[in-house]
Amino acid sequence: MSSIISVSNLSKSYGSGFKALKGIDLDIKRGEIFGLLGPNGAGKTTLISIICGIVNPSQGSVSIGGHDIIRDYRAARSMIGLVPQELHTDAFESVWATVSFSRGLFGKPKNPAHIEKVLKDLSLWDKKDSKIITLSGGMKRRVMIAKALSHEPQILFLDEPTAGVDVELRKGMWEVVRTLQASGVTIILTTHYIEEAEEMADRIGVINKGEIILIEDKATLMQKLGKKHLTLQLQNKLDAIPETLAVYNLELSADGRAVTYDYDTKGDRTGITSLLSDLRNAGVRISDLDTKQSSLEDIFVSLVRVP
Amino acid sequence: MNYRAIQAIYLFEMARTWRTLLQSIVSPVVSTSLYFVVFGAAIGSRITEVEGVSYGTFIVPGLVMLSVLTQSIANASFGIYFPKFAGTIYEILSAPISYLEIVIGYVGAAATKSIILGLIILATAGLFVPLHINHPIWMLTFLVLTAVTFSLFGFIIGIWADGFEKLQMIPMLVVTPLTFLGGSFYSVNMLPQGWRTITLFNPVVYLISGFRWSFFEIADVSVAVSLGMTIGFLVICMAIVAWIFRTGYRLKN
Repeated sequence: MSSIISVSNLSKSYGSGFKALKGIDLDIKRGEIFGLLGPNGAGKTTLISIICGIVNPSQGSVSIGGHDIIRDYRAARSMIGLVPQELHTDAFESVWATVSFSRGLFGKPKNPAHIEKVLKDLSLWDKKDSKIITLSGGMKRRVMIAKALSHEPQILFLDEPTAGVDVELRKGMWEVVRTLQASGVTIILTTHYIEEAEEMADRIGVINKGEIILIEDKATLMQKLGKKHLTLQLQNKLDAIPETLAVYNLELSADGRAVTYDYDTKGDRTGITSLLSDLRNAGVRISDLDTKQSSLEDIFVSLVRVP
Repeated sequence: MNYRAIQAIYLFEMARTWRTLLQSIVSPVVSTSLYFVVFGAAIGSRITEVEGVSYGTFIVPGLVMLSVLTQSIANASFGIYFPKFAGTIYEILSAPISYLEIVIGYVGAAATKSIILGLIILATAGLFVPLHINHPIWMLTFLVLTAVTFSLFGFIIGIWADGFEKLQMIPMLVVTPLTFLGGSFYSVNMLPQGWRTITLFNPVVYLISGFRWSFFEIADVSVAVSLGMTIGFLVICMAIVAWIFRTGYRLKN
């Protein structure tokens, strides 16, 4: 797949001297859902704001579908729909008016059929004549998505789209995002919910303190994460792992009262059954057991933890 | 040119005008009528004439200018300040539109509104005093130039302001005094020599003088100077707006 967004050596320093981004290099592939993860203040929003033309970069360049965001801003920006993190909406406009306004702003001719479809897809159709101020937070969020989709963008930025949205609605939004991807839209999603990135993204990038510290296919990442750990509490203290169990690469805890076995849930055989019978044969008696899976969250936390 | 974007911004801003009709149109008309009652009827009955024109009629151009100036600034500054305040500016900045188009949309709408208002006030004045406009084309030219210039000025204030207080500060502390001291209610020639010289540093004098000339062919300064000063101020405002967008001042940093 070719890249639709190409960010190279992008830096941003604010007047206060704060460096929000430090030499970011990033390529987003056409048609993918890219999950951008990072703690608060990592630079996610600054990165998106620069790509979308809201903030001036200090250094480096960004091109969208081959168009430089500064020199060829019209072509570049025409391709992008942005849903910012904060609920920035007009208060007294109707849903229909504000979504139509967005389409006009992007230079597209009127197309009531398209606006109608967007509003219906986002379950906003019955609210089309309501003033935005009367809507709930979740509806306002969807209005912002509708505004971003009003001009038929090829790229959609969703900055924390499901923050403060209830579970039901969140699932609904994921559906919308999947449908968009199926229609060929490239989606960049920032989120705090690891679950969301796991569920949605094709690739995952982690940003921390203005630097990209990891970019990986979700499948590869999940394979790494696919490992599970089985911890067996022993009735009697062991000094060493019996010879007969060497094949399992067991790890004995410091106090000799527990062993840990790593296995791959995606493998054909986990080896748990034979381990348990071999333990029994070796005369090791078990008092309790516990399994644990490392999640994206663990990886994420270990990556961004302050040393 | 992204004409659809200009149209979208312009219509959005005009929709705001119609939505706030009472505040946008009715209140300036009411306050202008009050000026007529106070200055025209009460005080004017003792002044009778200024340079051959009855006092009530004499103050009409000044009153129209007073409203056009303050309303242009108020409309344009609020028009751009509010999206900044509410955060909806993100959409304007991320849209494929040039700075020129943004300015045409916002300033065009603000100027349109104050021109309409100026004409309404003029019509209202016609109910109180006899009016004759000697040079209607020049009258409209001065009206449009002033509305556009001060809408640009208001746009600058709206971008500069980072709070509602600052938004009010310049109109309250600078523009209103300059307008009152700029010959809205008197001819500069009525002042003692020293004050007259000082007054000539007030740009509003030139606007009102030129505008009044288009009505009665009487002026404090020559029409060419009035026109020159008005255009000069327009150019200064345009230069500042251009600088704001080039540097991203208060918008993109």
